[in-house]
Amino acid sequence: MRTRSMLIPATAVLVLGALARSGVVRAAAAAGAISGTVTYTGTPPKAKPIDMAKEPACAQQHATPVTTEAVVTGPGNALRWVVVYISAGDQGAAASAAGVRYDQKGCQYIPHVVALQVNQPLDIYNSDSNSHNIHPLAKVNPEWNKSQPKGAPPIHTKFEQPEFIPVKCNIHPWMHGYFVVLTTAHSTVTDENGGFTLTGLPPGKYTVTAWHEQFGTQSQEVTISGTETKTIHLVFKATPY
Amino acid sequence: MGKLFAIVLTIITVVSTAIFVMRVWWLPADVSAHGPWIDHQLVETMVAAGVLFVLSQLALALFVWKSGDRREGRKITVFPGGAVPIVVLAIVLVGAEILALTFVGSKVWASIYQTPPDPNSLQIDVQAEQFAFYFRYPGPDGRFGSSHPELINEATENYFGLDPANDTTARDDIVVPTLTIPVNRPILLTLHAKDVNHAFYVPELRIQQDFVPGLVIPLHFTATETGKHEIVCTQLCGLGHYNMRAYVEVMRQDQFDQWLKGKAAQQ
Amino acid sequence: MHDTAAPAVVHHHAPPQGFLRKHVFSLDHKVIGKQYLDLALVAVCTGMVLSWLMRLHLAWPTQPIPGLEKLSPNGAAGGLITPEYYLSLMTMHGTIMVFFVLTTAPFAGFGNYFLPIQVGAQDMAFPRINMTSFWLTFVAFLVLIASFFIHDGPALSGWTAYAPLSAVGKDAGPGQGLGQTLWAVSIAIFCIAQLLGSLNFIATTLDLRTKGMSLARMPFSTWSWFITAVIGLIAFAVLMPACILLILDRVAGTSFFIPAGLVISDRLQPHAGGSPLLWQHLFWFFGHPEVYIAILPGFGIVSHILPVFARKPLLGPRVLIGCLIGIAFLSYTVWGHHMFVSGMNPFSAVLFSVPTLVITIPAAIVTMLWIGTIYGAKLRFTTPALFCLGFVSVFVSGGISGFLLAQPSIDTYLHATYFVVGHFHFVMGVAAMFGIFAATYFWLPKMFGRMMNETLGKWHFWLTFIGVYCVFMPMHYLGLAGNVRRYAEFTDDYLKPLIPLHRFITIAALFTGAAQLIFLFNLIRSRFRGPKAPDNPWEATSLEWSTTSPPPLDNFGGRPPVVHRGPNEYGVQGPAGDYVMQAAPEPAAR
Repeated sequence: MRTRSMLIPATAVLVLGALARSGVVRAAAAAGAISGTVTYTGTPPKAKPIDMAKEPACAQQHATPVTTEAVVTGPGNALRWVVVYISAGDQGAAASAAGVRYDQKGCQYIPHVVALQVNQPLDIYNSDSNSHNIHPLAKVNPEWNKSQPKGAPPIHTKFEQPEFIPVKCNIHPWMHGYFVVLTTAHSTVTDENGGFTLTGLPPGKYTVTAWHEQFGTQSQEVTISGTETKTIHLVFKATPY
Repeated sequence: MGKLFAIVLTIITVVSTAIFVMRVWWLPADVSAHGPWIDHQLVETMVAAGVLFVLSQLALALFVWKSGDRREGRKITVFPGGAVPIVVLAIVLVGAEILALTFVGSKVWASIYQTPPDPNSLQIDVQAEQFAFYFRYPGPDGRFGSSHPELINEATENYFGLDPANDTTARDDIVVPTLTIPVNRPILLTLHAKDVNHAFYVPELRIQQDFVPGLVIPLHFTATETGKHEIVCTQLCGLGHYNMRAYVEVMRQDQFDQWLKGKAAQQ
Repeated sequence: MHDTAAPAVVHHHAPPQGFLRKHVFSLDHKVIGKQYLDLALVAVCTGMVLSWLMRLHLAWPTQPIPGLEKLSPNGAAGGLITPEYYLSLMTMHGTIMVFFVLTTAPFAGFGNYFLPIQVGAQDMAFPRINMTSFWLTFVAFLVLIASFFIHDGPALSGWTAYAPLSAVGKDAGPGQGLGQTLWAVSIAIFCIAQLLGSLNFIATTLDLRTKGMSLARMPFSTWSWFITAVIGLIAFAVLMPACILLILDRVAGTSFFIPAGLVISDRLQPHAGGSPLLWQHLFWFFGHPEVYIAILPGFGIVSHILPVFARKPLLGPRVLIGCLIGIAFLSYTVWGHHMFVSGMNPFSAVLFSVPTLVITIPAAIVTMLWIGTIYGAKLRFTTPALFCLGFVSVFVSGGISGFLLAQPSIDTYLHATYFVVGHFHFVMGVAAMFGIFAATYFWLPKMFGRMMNETLGKWHFWLTFIGVYCVFMPMHYLGLAGNVRRYAEFTDDYLKPLIPLHRFITIAALFTGAAQLIFLFNLIRSRFRGPKAPDNPWEATSLEWSTTSPPPLDNFGGRPPVVHRGPNEYGVQGPAGDYVMQAAPEPAAR
């Protein structure tokens, strides 16, 4: 009698365990999150206005000139455009089939920094009435350099190796961005308040790394035990030049 | 067939010459101090060349017309005097024209490229790169900071590779994509290239000069009217060559001073 | 100078056996000449299609060209030509046309075929070297075309390939990787082929003239090929090492043309000590004589053909030869006129400007001699004659604009504008082409034993003559308005109003290009099915007309001709009419 009453919960544990190992039930069953903010100390460089005089079609799209995006700060010393990702402890997941969109609009790369996984599709669009030129300055991945005239089809590409790739437009020297290609699926980019959230993390010990194109990297270890959201705070040292 | 050739050639000659003479497409109005000399030389040469052009084509047309004459018993005739008058005519006429053009033309050239700049010139440093022009003013300290190619960072708009952290003269340098200058003031541009050959061409200023990597090339001129014109690159520099341009804004001296003060405050 | 001794070298080779020896690896200068002409024909069709793509893009840049994305998925995704692909098309157009059409057809093609015959020889002095020259040229062409099919596309630095854009490698942008290296390798191979060819032409002219063929009695076309060969020997001998230095800079880390401190694609280039101006001097030291290499055979061919159809001797034959030699000599002194605003010492500009203007004197004399020949002539208006007349007209048009460009002060404004493009297309793209057309219509009967169709020829002439004026005269107007050249698109404020004129030019160019189909059809059909040609259909005097159409293997059927007079005996009482052939036995009756 006792054996039989144990049968159903035992089967359930076995089945659930199998499902958990296969990953299907993982997200629904046991997923924590890491969120937080990235800030800086010290004095960051002044954001310089970008004078798009040579391309009036773009200059006209901005009532007030846009500013350089290498260092973008927000309220409370927030740091924008920081890529926050799991650099260790990730159990791995296949590349998402969902494409990441990179746009050229108003002679700016939108978004300025894009984080994607190896082999994840990247779709590059030209939404301006003038030509642009995309030159990912890759060293590990193959480097390429292509123009996209107005009306040309989007460029569909992907990168097979993890790398932090600066991207520039040859025609418009102020246009700079980054393709941050990572092995992990868990990555995000801080918003204008320096905030970020990494979700879908099963229990485990993780290293969270934050990367900024000028100020380097900062890391922190975080342990997830269940479905909680751990909050962390990463701080960069800013220099004016 | 000969008559047809003569007629077609005459029409072509008359139409193409007329379009030149009527200046249907012509140089834009000149706004530079040295420009009138160039324009004068150009018009003189066009008149001489045009006369030669019309005479040669019409002579060809006339002789072809006549040579198609199929009347019975017509004999061929040799050009009167044979080749000698032609040789003499060519050497004397063309030779004289050449001497005149060279003599006057070299003075015009020398006045632009072989005379030293005015010591009161406003000096502006110009960098050409794939695919934009940037102009640097020395700022209130009157000195240009030194430029270091290895420090160039376009993402932070440090196009000249200045080192403001360690070089105090660089901190007030003003870098802009538009050449802003006062009218009636001698301007001295120092041209240097960051990467490959480029060129600086402003049709209205009648000025053109290549940028050569490894060289710093002086170019001086004086603008005589206010206005806004395009500076375009004329030396093939890569895929963005067609889109490599900047504006030159010529303004009154007081407007320029105000502009410069405003820019200095932003540094 | 009368040289009545027998030629220094008597030349024999056994008749070839087998298809390969007869038609592919032939030692016979006539086969080699035809091979060069066929190569030039493929090249000119390719170059012409490239120019159509360029003109379509300039006139309607946002209009996709259907199917182009299959040819170049990178360069023309969606059928829209990218700026880099436009520049690659332009580079290949210029390179193919200047080297593989204008240097190949009038000089290597017709020269190879007719120089030995016109001097009365059985073949070129060095048939094996001759065969090697052709095949090297063919390989050079393949290497160049291969750059269309590599990932990054062909070179885009223009046919002038200025350093450092052409020297630093792929950092400088698309097309500047392997494409540029292939360009430099192709041109270096081409140079070697040309040097070997020049040696052959010079040796043949000096040593293999038949009995009675003194230098003074040579036809004008032979003189022009001989002088062109001498120019080529010196010019290509400079371009070849220049290309090798360029290749070394690209692959071996040298810095002949690259100074220190260059930042390209955000990378500091690992070079120091080189001079970009050095490339320009080396290139133009070759480049200016090159354009005379392109046109001088045309001068010779027109001088040769015009008297035939004027039925009177060329006016001033010795003056003409003297002028050709003068032009050849002066061509080496003018190269800096391509570099007035290049950054070289401004004083040199004056030094180069003087010979540039002086060279107009022999050019003017030569033009007036042609016009003077037509004076009082009884012109037979055949197609070759029409193309000769057209040649004179377009050469005047192209040469006159040189007056403006030769002066540095005016060149300050006109340099790198469409004025220059109009100028060089008139003299090279039109005049030299008209020389090739005249030669083709004139000599095809001799080469293939078949006449070309006169009606089609005349249609070809008229449509082309009017067409080229509609294409290239407006470019001078664009230049005066300051329209910069080598732009993939006209986006600048002051250029946008000029786009309608560009559209006119594009339509004229497509129309004129279509007219060439008449020529192509006529050429191919006549070559195989034209009516049989007699030995001397034009009643001309030079030695090629003394033999059969086509000539036998040793050119004269075992009986080398003996020459008694020059080639200019027209309008005289002769045994067969109003002319006396060079090899006719009885003395000239005047």
